[in-house]
Amino acid sequence: MSADAVLYDHPGPRARARNRILTVAFGVLLLALLYWIYSKFDEKGQWAAALWKPFTQGSTWTGYILPGLKNTLAAAIVAMALSLAFGVIFAVGRLSEHWWLRIPAGVVVEFFRAVPLLLMMFFIFFGIPFVTEQPMSNFWAVVIALTLYNGSVLAEAFRAGVRAVPSGQSEAAYAIGMRKGQVMGQILIPQAARAMLPVIVSQLVVLVKDTALGYIISYSELLQLGVNNLAANFANVIQAAIVAAIIYIAINTALTTVAGWLERRTRRSGRAARPTKPGPVVLAGAAGEVGAGA
Amino acid sequence: MGVFSDPANRDVYVTGFLWILQLTLASSVCALALGTLLAAMRVSPVPVLRGFGTAWVNIFRNTPLTLIVFFCYFGLYSTLGFSASDDLERNNYWLGVIGLSVYTAAFVCEAIRSGINTVPAGQSEAARAIGMTFRQTLTMIVLPQAGRAVIAPLGSILIALTKNATIVGTIGLMESSNAMKQLINDNGNAVFTIFLVFAGTFAVVLIPTGYGFGWLANRLAVKR
Repeated sequence: MSADAVLYDHPGPRARARNRILTVAFGVLLLALLYWIYSKFDEKGQWAAALWKPFTQGSTWTGYILPGLKNTLAAAIVAMALSLAFGVIFAVGRLSEHWWLRIPAGVVVEFFRAVPLLLMMFFIFFGIPFVTEQPMSNFWAVVIALTLYNGSVLAEAFRAGVRAVPSGQSEAAYAIGMRKGQVMGQILIPQAARAMLPVIVSQLVVLVKDTALGYIISYSELLQLGVNNLAANFANVIQAAIVAAIIYIAINTALTTVAGWLERRTRRSGRAARPTKPGPVVLAGAAGEVGAGA
Repeated sequence: MGVFSDPANRDVYVTGFLWILQLTLASSVCALALGTLLAAMRVSPVPVLRGFGTAWVNIFRNTPLTLIVFFCYFGLYSTLGFSASDDLERNNYWLGVIGLSVYTAAFVCEAIRSGINTVPAGQSEAARAIGMTFRQTLTMIVLPQAGRAVIAPLGSILIALTKNATIVGTIGLMESSNAMKQLINDNGNAVFTIFLVFAGTFAVVLIPTGYGFGWLANRLAVKR
């Protein structure tokens, strides 16, 4: 249902008056808040042109923000590809008929889903070098940690998706003589991927945001170069953080928009899998899980 | 387990997880309250309120938590002079709680809003038909039913919040991930033991919690 159309009646004269009062009251409150922020900034001299000026100069962008963005995107794209592969492999593993595949796959997925990404990253970056006795590249520390975590979450999403495909699909595939691997690869996974597209994309958004953790192990991504280093030179940490936030929001909004477009496209062609029995709990659980990463 | 027979190391471990526990408790209360309020705004008849809720969700859901926590420390505290406590560690703790709450509230809001969408239209139509106001419809009819539908997603959000609490380590709080880093640097011969103990603690607590929320969600689901 569209909530806003149903929760309240079409406003009559009294409701309209009340809504107007609420609008004005909240509007005043909001303006007061904005003014308070403005005056706080003013008090500390944060509107000084010198602090904002670096963002109008090309050297700031080519020296700090764009290289940072490039590294952020590089880590994100490699980790996306790897975690999608990891997700499919472990989802298939967990759905296997052989206990010696199903149980280890389940243990791996459950474990990496429960361990905080930062803990994982610290272990790979600071712990592994003690064992291998050579330094760990911080790019790979970020990518491996992101892959293990997001791959595990995606594995659960794929698994829920495969279980939501109507059983007639795999029965029909077996009936025309396909083998187990073919049924999974050609019938179930494609339909599951389409049905779980929103969940998969929101996990990819989480992945893009999580690359910012690379800052903590000094991987020179957007937060490191574009905020930390930039602010160290121009003493404009607030301004730099705002610009970086806008960039992150733009990337993630673009990802979400593309996903929405893809979803509408698959729906229009009438090929999207119909949701069936396993129903809202499994799907809602997976969806909630996925939306809420770092 | 040689590393953890040293009381000093055990102390580092315990302190780390006590910070995580405190961060999780305080932030989950704030985020649930703030998120519910934002969800109510997003379904309200007043456009300004709806716009505010939408803006909040779009901004904070798409910004990395690391950046938000970073901003709380370097922006809010260092530059703007906002301070929550005279004790440096306590102050960092509260700045972390602010960052975590503001970020998690956006997810709570979206979960509750999608829960509201699972309540059949007939429920609120019937409520309005017997003369209930918007507030009554929302608090007495829709939210109690939506609440049951969002237990599973809210559980996942709280689990994510517990894991995200480690990110407050960015601003120098000695929470579990910083504690692990310190122990690893001091005891290079026992990295696997240290990692397994820290990661294991999270796994042992969070995996059953996840199943617990799933069980609760099934049990409390509104039968339709």
